[in-house]
Amino acid sequence: MPDESVRTSANELKFRDPSQARALADRLSGLCEEIAREPISVMHVCGTHEQAIAKYGLRTILPKSLDLIMGPGCPVCVTDMPEVDEAVVLAEDGALIATYGDMLRVPGTAKSLADAQAEGARVEVVYSAAQAVELARSMQQEVVFFASGFETTAVATAAIALQDDLPPNLSILSAHKYVPPAMEIVAQIPATQVEGFLAAGHAATITGWGIFEPLAERYKIPVVVAGFEPLDILAGLVRLVELVKDGTPAVDNMYPRCVTREGNRVAQEQMWRVFRTVGGRWRGIADVPDGNLRLRPEYAHLDARVRFEIDIRRLWQLAPSALAEKCICGAIMSGLASPSDCELFGKECDPENPVGACMVSSEGTCKIWYQYGGRPDL
Amino acid sequence: MCLGVPGRVLRVEGLIATVDFWGLKRQVRLDVVDEPVQPGDYVLNHVGFAIRRIPAEEIQETLSLYEELLRAGESDMMAADVRGEIEASPESADSGEPDA
Ligand code: SF4
Repeated sequence: MPDESVRTSANELKFRDPSQARALADRLSGLCEEIAREPISVMHVCGTHEQAIAKYGLRTILPKSLDLIMGPGCPVCVTDMPEVDEAVVLAEDGALIATYGDMLRVPGTAKSLADAQAEGARVEVVYSAAQAVELARSMQQEVVFFASGFETTAVATAAIALQDDLPPNLSILSAHKYVPPAMEIVAQIPATQVEGFLAAGHAATITGWGIFEPLAERYKIPVVVAGFEPLDILAGLVRLVELVKDGTPAVDNMYPRCVTREGNRVAQEQMWRVFRTVGGRWRGIADVPDGNLRLRPEYAHLDARVRFEIDIRRLWQLAPSALAEKCICGAIMSGLASPSDCELFGKECDPENPVGACMVSSEGTCKIWYQYGGRPDL
Repeated sequence: MCLGVPGRVLRVEGLIATVDFWGLKRQVRLDVVDEPVQPGDYVLNHVGFAIRRIPAEEIQETLSLYEELLRAGESDMMAADVRGEIEASPESADSGEPDA
């Protein structure tokens, strides 16, 4: 069962301006009535959005005809099993793996980094790429920074790679993902029927909102960039549903306090100097052309994939757990299902014993629903 | 992991800023920030790096959201993510007096 104490503390949080929230909700209802069909499906692609939506119970005040679904907004959750396997193999072969805390328990084909750690491998949690550099500096052992996250986090890895005094025993295993191509994939899934996207504020801080214009044009779908404050999300939804109603496939920015059209050019320049996009699998979702960020050949000396021979096939002889086959994380992240559709949710699968990656990360929908009590039944 | 957290810049030395996050002094890197940063500015920090200088007129609104989040207590997931972001920057030896 979801943790009651957490739910109570979450419920004590009120809107900072309830009257404004009510006004926005009324406006949304009015718009949905005018559209007069259901469901009107819009998708957000940001774990922090889902956190705020669940925490503040936002779905309780949305019109019934508006379906606010969650997309692939959790970088940890879309890290593919073979990527975890690579880190596990490197750890087993004697490297120290430095990685963000959320990555520890993400299941690989046969085991997670936490499992490898329990068997004696060295895995250290870091909060930043810079800490991985310090770790490497403090020891002789090979240190591999297993780097995950969307563009917001990839820029930090890039800044490290561009540093010129790196310790020679440091390398980078990039599992970084690039969001815009994944939105295209989801827009193409016929069953999802997404009519509009609420794009994540902080990733767009880097890329700028202009990045979504080709998507809006190609798929005739509106995109609105929104912050993650509850009122920001509501205001973003109002704008998005207005665009859906008018049939205008435009991009609008409702988060000007952090996002500009061009984004952070300094960060972009560094990111693209170090990384290139490569097609690859997003766990449970699809092959996403250009969806992975990998080190450019110029940085091969830092690339763990070049520096070490990583044979992940030896893990494949170990059978994955039978439970894992019932995990529907992929359908959840494609907007086709909810955690409550999973028979393991809150039973065999909880944050203590996660079966799928969506129950591991604080940006994973299953964990968020578990912690904050999920979609209120109205 | 895509959250950013605002803090007030106390001191800038090269590409390192000492930033105050609700009384915690941390060192934040300025490699990727979009505009020049000076003491007194507010920056949005993500995994140890400033990713944006927050325009003056938007500081108050940005801060109040986080203050509300941080009041939510230890067990709250969003509050924990905010704390994690602050942890991402090493502690500063700075005594804490702003330069400006
Ligand atoms: S509840 Fe667990 S098993 Fe079910 S979809 Fe979510 S992570 Fe997968």
